[in-house]
Amino acid sequence: MTGHSAVGWVDIVVILGYLLTTVYLGWLGYRRTRTGADYLVGGRSVHPVIMAVSYGATFISTAAIVGFGGVAGLFGMSLLWLTFLNIGVGILLAFTVLGEPTRRLGHHLGAHTFPELLGARYQSKAIQIFAGLLIFLFMPLYSAAVMTGGAVFAATQFGVDFEVALLVFALITAAYVIPGGLKAVMYTDTFQGLIMILAMAYLLFFAYTSLGGVSAAHQYLTGMADLVPAPLQAMGHQGWTAMPKFGWGATGYDLWWTVITAIILGVGIGVVAQPQLVVRFMTVRSRRELDRAVPIGAVFILFMTGTPFAVGSLSNAWFAQHGPLLKGQVVKEIDAERNHALVGLMKETSPGRWEPVINPKTNQPATAPMVVSAHQPAQDAQGAPLDLVSGRAPSVVYAKGDADQIIPTFINTALPRWFGLVFFLALLAAAMSTMSSQFHTIGTAAGRDLYERITGQHGTEPSVLAMRIAIVIGLLVSVSISYNVREDYVIARFTAIFFGLCAATFLPAYIGGLFWRRATRAGALASMTVGMLVSLFWLLLVKAKEASAIGLVQLVTGGKTSLLADYPNWPSVDPIIIALPLAILTLILVSAITKASDPQHLRRCFPQYAAPQATTRKSEPTGDTHARYR
Amino acid sequence: MLGIADPLVLAAFLGCIAVAAVSVLYGILRRNAAVDEVTAEDRAWAIEEQKVEDEL
Repeated sequence: MTGHSAVGWVDIVVILGYLLTTVYLGWLGYRRTRTGADYLVGGRSVHPVIMAVSYGATFISTAAIVGFGGVAGLFGMSLLWLTFLNIGVGILLAFTVLGEPTRRLGHHLGAHTFPELLGARYQSKAIQIFAGLLIFLFMPLYSAAVMTGGAVFAATQFGVDFEVALLVFALITAAYVIPGGLKAVMYTDTFQGLIMILAMAYLLFFAYTSLGGVSAAHQYLTGMADLVPAPLQAMGHQGWTAMPKFGWGATGYDLWWTVITAIILGVGIGVVAQPQLVVRFMTVRSRRELDRAVPIGAVFILFMTGTPFAVGSLSNAWFAQHGPLLKGQVVKEIDAERNHALVGLMKETSPGRWEPVINPKTNQPATAPMVVSAHQPAQDAQGAPLDLVSGRAPSVVYAKGDADQIIPTFINTALPRWFGLVFFLALLAAAMSTMSSQFHTIGTAAGRDLYERITGQHGTEPSVLAMRIAIVIGLLVSVSISYNVREDYVIARFTAIFFGLCAATFLPAYIGGLFWRRATRAGALASMTVGMLVSLFWLLLVKAKEASAIGLVQLVTGGKTSLLADYPNWPSVDPIIIALPLAILTLILVSAITKASDPQHLRRCFPQYAAPQATTRKSEPTGDTHARYR
Repeated sequence: MLGIADPLVLAAFLGCIAVAAVSVLYGILRRNAAVDEVTAEDRAWAIEEQKVEDEL
């Protein structure tokens, strides 16, 4: 909103200092122990802080901080349910229930990627190729969300165009990711995670202290419910400290279905089926290491998602109390006692003369709900007298209606410039740690899961080349998406799409593969196919926001934004609500009617359930897994 | 309570802190509870993983 000055020399020195430190730590890692596998080979333990922060830094990206923080600024603190799921499901459940079985199964079968784990468990080349292809095709969408999050903030912080910020951001991350960052060097991940924690801790402290403490801040925000912009109220927004209105069959419930199904469930559940996070469990040396990482991981996620979601919401209170003054003419009184009013925004064209601000999206005079603080006599453009009011509005007004701009605008306006720089480093750290594992996953999906599976050549030079080409393609596609798609809360939506797609496609086969010996190859393949196809069908033709942006639905329906446009709420329901149950059902039904897996293979997968003489196989090296596929 | 009138949002706010506290408690209580041994199979897996990493 206020627009800081351009990049100064201090900014450049600090950013270079950060990058050099990252490079130095990476180099240290190369010389000594660097990845989880190195620790394992050396027979040593990874310190639980390093293990947890490294996992958390991969988990959390700019998408969570800028994208979902902005969505919280728009929709309110109901998003804290996502933090609850991120900790409860993404850490507690994932580490205590899924971590050890994943580690064991991966080691028994000699799997090194998520598609390979699924393929080896179900003895299916098709499953591995399917999973690898899905990752290769759709992971760039998530990478684009991460890039956009960083670039949006950099553009606001340094007062440069989004395109310039995107280019610089992409170059910095590519310079890190391509030559060395692909290795999950735990030192650098941990360093990046610590910067993120420090930035979030200060941000949380600042937000609450500047608003008079926790209760006072919430109380003030609760009192702003009548300042929710009318379009959001029409969707069911009931205030920033209230859940959206729940119900079915009227557009007034759309927000509940958007927030709960897409934002909270899609991402909250989808995290356990994230390929780049699942493989992390396999690099762990034992169950004890997983147990010890839970506390730090939980606190890390509490800070990394709880802070932006709380601060995003509280930014509305901060702007209403301390934001730059806006001027205009009262259109409608909302609450005369508390000076809440709907104000037509105005700008001064010549001394003492004011004319309406035009909203570029609607070409109508812009209005904003405001806390009016002063009146003064003025004249309109024609010289007629008017009662000009000054006041402050919720953050979404200062962010010009763009949720992705709420966190950058708040940091830029409310906090000192030095913090903006620290926050930028935190975002750079969040992006680098997440993107390194994203592109690592894209590379191995293309090389190991696609090229090697299709050609049957293992560990060859062309396979490595395929990995490298895939990484470069992934980077270019991500930048292109980021450059071309700039719509309503696109960062959170891209993330939610990818997480939801992974959940519907992989989750039943993954969980079934770990815990249900009766799950069959046919069942898993059918479940993955149903999960993916239903998700894509829903995204292309039913979910209005995504479908209308892609455009196919308009061709099919003759201009409507959803196949179910005439049925309220259906166009707001996320694919995960339909696709995941169908995928689970498919796994169960198809597995029930198809031939069970080979008992010998199952003994290899689950030696703990095998007869005593069979358990002696547990310590045997697995050798080449490729021969076990059909 | 805490300035949040909606019980579901209050539950989310307190729930985040509670689930983090449960996680901390879990980690402390199970600090040394699980077995911590590296099998030959684990080591063989890690050596292969190093190869995969080095290829990249």
